[in-house]
Amino acid sequence: MNSSTSLSFLARCRRSRSFMVGGVMTGFLLVCAAVSLFWTPGSAYDISIANRFLPPSSTHWLGTDQFGRDIVSMLMTGTQNSIAVAVVAVSIGLAVGVSLGLLAAARRGWTEELIMRFSDFSFAFPAILSAIMITAILGPGGVNSILAIGLYNIPVFARLVRGTANAIWTREFVMAARASGKDRFRITFEHIMPNILSIIIVQATILFAIAILAEAALSYLGLGTQPPHPSWGRMLNEAQALMFLDPWQAIYPGIAIATAVFGLNLLGDGLRDVLDPRLSRKR
Amino acid sequence: MTEPTTVAVLQVRDLVRHYRLPRESLFKSPGHVYALNGVSFDIQKGKSFGIVGESGCGKSTLARNVMALEETDAGSVKILGNEVVGLSFDQLRPLRRHFQMVFQDPYGSLDPHHDVGWIVAEPLAALGPITQEERARRVTEALESVGLKQRDAHKYPHEFSGGQRQRIAIARALITHPELIVADEAVSALDVSVQAQVLNLLKDLQDTFGVTFMFISHDLAVVEYLCDEVAVMYLGEIVEKGRTEDLFSAPAHPYTRILLDAVPKPGSGKKRDRIKLAGNVTGQTEQRSGCSFQDRCPMARDICKIDKPPLINVGPDHTAACHFSGELREKS
Repeated sequence: MNSSTSLSFLARCRRSRSFMVGGVMTGFLLVCAAVSLFWTPGSAYDISIANRFLPPSSTHWLGTDQFGRDIVSMLMTGTQNSIAVAVVAVSIGLAVGVSLGLLAAARRGWTEELIMRFSDFSFAFPAILSAIMITAILGPGGVNSILAIGLYNIPVFARLVRGTANAIWTREFVMAARASGKDRFRITFEHIMPNILSIIIVQATILFAIAILAEAALSYLGLGTQPPHPSWGRMLNEAQALMFLDPWQAIYPGIAIATAVFGLNLLGDGLRDVLDPRLSRKR
Repeated sequence: MTEPTTVAVLQVRDLVRHYRLPRESLFKSPGHVYALNGVSFDIQKGKSFGIVGESGCGKSTLARNVMALEETDAGSVKILGNEVVGLSFDQLRPLRRHFQMVFQDPYGSLDPHHDVGWIVAEPLAALGPITQEERARRVTEALESVGLKQRDAHKYPHEFSGGQRQRIAIARALITHPELIVADEAVSALDVSVQAQVLNLLKDLQDTFGVTFMFISHDLAVVEYLCDEVAVMYLGEIVEKGRTEDLFSAPAHPYTRILLDAVPKPGSGKKRDRIKLAGNVTGQTEQRSGCSFQDRCPMARDICKIDKPPLINVGPDHTAACHFSGELREKS
């Protein structure tokens, strides 16, 4: 890209407060996840009955849970888990949903009808309900929860992409490309994709937040990540019984989930301002 | 009509295009918009052919059908003697180097995500693989022929003004060295001073490269300046056609007369004896007997509601579809 566009791009990044705040929050979580891959302050797995319910100290920054596991370490490893689930689930949605949406817009006719009616059908079920249904059929577990969340993302992307791509298809530069003899497949890659990319990125960020929330919900219900792997949702579940004994055990993973969802939503909003100034003005 | 001795660059015969409207109810048959009802004309090499008419008369539909951008219902379009109606999109591709298009809106017709070099080279890239050097050479050539510079190839459309953008669009149309350029309201979106520059550019290109233009416009002054021949369209039909000077000096169809009267003229300040046009375009969604212009024609009589006037010769290379052409020409 040429210098004037990239300059104004950076300037827009700095000006958008939600982009900066959301970026910092999301960045913090990414760093936690990355660090947890090779270092955590304590152990997120080792059970030590002698160290149950320790208060915060220099060795256990936020104390330990009822099994004596270090809470900071569990939160950090949980971040890694949440991000991994969300990345894979959003990628499934992106790969399948975007392709279907582009196909619907390029082919129109019965192809479009079929894809859109299929989307309507899957939209009719609330997200968490269909996720529970899928994990109930396939059995609980990390991989199946990823699959369930990913499947939910497909029609979301398909609809968004089909709608925005249809709008681009009516533009004169697409007509010009047709007049030069480019087929629909080539126009999709050379004209439609670049023009809807920013909208897809924004949507992916927001669905990333929803995926983290959904993973936590499924794990809370015991359908997602299985023990002994730490996960924010399961931490909440285990803390529930101890609500009056040690409320902090529920508050910490709650804060983690809220930070992730809030940060990603802010980042999504900010990205919309940064990538497509025309969209933010309409709000 | 005299038969051309050489093959016309563009030959259009009895072109018909009807758009189906969405069904209003399950039990009603869907309506149609009759956009083109049998249009015929030839454009000879190196000439500019103007098509005028008000909004909704089928000018842009005609352009899209000539460019084979949509399915044609009936009729024939021959470019350099090659029939294009009925060819598949892939069969048509090699022929597309011969006819290119310039669009109305210079802001909408250039993809903001590509640089000017990419945009200008698009018709070449569509025809098949091409080397980097060849591409760069052709882009420079095309940009220079419309008065832009080689270094503009690396800029993006938003860095240019409307007039410059239209030059880019013209460069894109020129890059395959086409015989025919279809310009659909190519200067309508521009300021008057910029319009003049672009029109002069088109004239220069015609002198230099011998390009043939099909120039669609609602602006009679622009058409008078640029075109050798003019066709006036009303409700998907050509109602009058002739050499520009003949048609402008002695119109043989009341609609042409009204259009000409509507052009403001500087000078005397005297009240001119002019005919005004009443009402809006009607009859796009019905097919009926008689003249298409009957509802708004100041000269309409009973015969106009029954008999459809054919295009008849009213002078050398001058045809009009009116029962009272003779009468009209005597008066003017």
